[in-house]
Amino acid sequence: MTAKAATITSGKGGVGKTTATANLGVALASAGYRVVCIDGDIGLRNLDVVMGLENRIVYDLVDVIEGRCKLRQALIKDKRLADLYLIPAAQTRDKTAVSPQDMVKLVKDLRTDFDWVLIDSPAGIERGFRNAIAPADLVLIITNPEVSAVRDADRIIGLVEAEEKSPPKLIVNRVKPEMVKRGDMLSTVDILDVLAIDLIGVVPEDDAVTVATNQGSPAVLDARSRAGKAFRDIARRMNGEDVPFESLESKDGFFGRISRIVRPGGAS
Amino acid sequence: MSSGLAVKGVGDGLLMHVPEGPWDEVLASLLQTVDDGGEFFRGARVALQLDDRELGAADLGHLRDQLAGREVNLWAVLGTSQPTRSAAADLGLALELGRPSAQAREADEPIDTELPGEHAALVHRTLRSGNHIHYAGHVVVVGDVNPGAEIIAGGDVIVWGRLRGVVHAGAGGNEEAVVCALDLAPTQLRIAGQIAVSPERRGAAQPEMARLKDGQLVAEKWIDEHRRKAD
Repeated sequence: MTAKAATITSGKGGVGKTTATANLGVALASAGYRVVCIDGDIGLRNLDVVMGLENRIVYDLVDVIEGRCKLRQALIKDKRLADLYLIPAAQTRDKTAVSPQDMVKLVKDLRTDFDWVLIDSPAGIERGFRNAIAPADLVLIITNPEVSAVRDADRIIGLVEAEEKSPPKLIVNRVKPEMVKRGDMLSTVDILDVLAIDLIGVVPEDDAVTVATNQGSPAVLDARSRAGKAFRDIARRMNGEDVPFESLESKDGFFGRISRIVRPGGAS
Repeated sequence: MSSGLAVKGVGDGLLMHVPEGPWDEVLASLLQTVDDGGEFFRGARVALQLDDRELGAADLGHLRDQLAGREVNLWAVLGTSQPTRSAAADLGLALELGRPSAQAREADEPIDTELPGEHAALVHRTLRSGNHIHYAGHVVVVGDVNPGAEIIAGGDVIVWGRLRGVVHAGAGGNEEAVVCALDLAPTQLRIAGQIAVSPERRGAAQPEMARLKDGQLVAEKWIDEHRRKAD
């Protein structure tokens, strides 16, 4: 097996990098792939919390890189899925403890045993970001439908291009379809107009994500969650499947759809 | 060059700083330096910094001939001594270095000087947030200029795409500079000393050209401009 390495990054903080990493990890592992998630946010780790694995940490990323443990020892097995692992970030060190070369080597060592290596990038454009994208075969840029987040995403795309990576793919997270419809929120089209990269997913705002994140149980596991469905679709697209983008307008569910089918004849 | 004879490159040639001491010795060491330099000096234009040394037309003429014999062209003599300066002037030598050439100026000080006029940088990609282009001449972008990107040009700025970042044309004070874009909607537009922000977009994007008209920044539809000229 030769794993592909995908880095999830954004520039701006708080747009959902960690949540996306956890959800994509679970989605890929549920689909039968062997997956390892690496928390690249050294000093501010929280991927372990989102995945609900905080209490199992013994060794971390810096321990592996500095040779205090074997790679195998730092791999934390997920409590639900057999093929999902986590390498947590160190809490007590900072980003300078790791170099981009260290990350390349670490991921190289993981490639033989996994199908996917997902790397959760820290916010910002400094060392931690450089570490996170160094080993990436695929860079996923995540943004919210906000001008400031899109601006940072644009900056990040420029930096990724400067590293001569293949063109990054875009995830638009926390879209509120009804606000977009009213013209109060940037639409995916507006965002793509500025960023001009390929879209790989649109994730609707979903309260279930907040609940799931706090419980350490990614929303992908909830079959009814719309955000979970969006992440499952992204995972399929990452593996080359051609999955059509779901229209977010049908948020009002089955009855909403029925009423729309009925309505066109009347006033709309 | 233990003799204290310093050589440095200036815009169009070499500047040699001639140390103090008896002229015979200094002349010998200068010629020796040129001989030792071999290819480095061959064909070079040399200016001499003589400070307050006093030299007659005969000495300068001799030096020029000696250098010419070594394929070095004595071009200017710098100094404060009035007799030396008039002797040099009689020999047809320059008394100052003059303006460095356009190329040399671009390398050193990109913007605040007069425009070379003809030079342009072609940027064939989209400028994203955080990208900066500073260039003394004109800047041509084939691609978009996104919000957060910045172009500062001594001359004109032409964008074959959407211009949404910050753009400054005529940054050295050239009020003739223009900014053209297929979609002119910069965060901020500056020409020479004038600053403007884009008004709210009315209707669809059209190619426009912004320039200074009676000291005011105006943007005009390219199509209008075109028609007026055709009439």
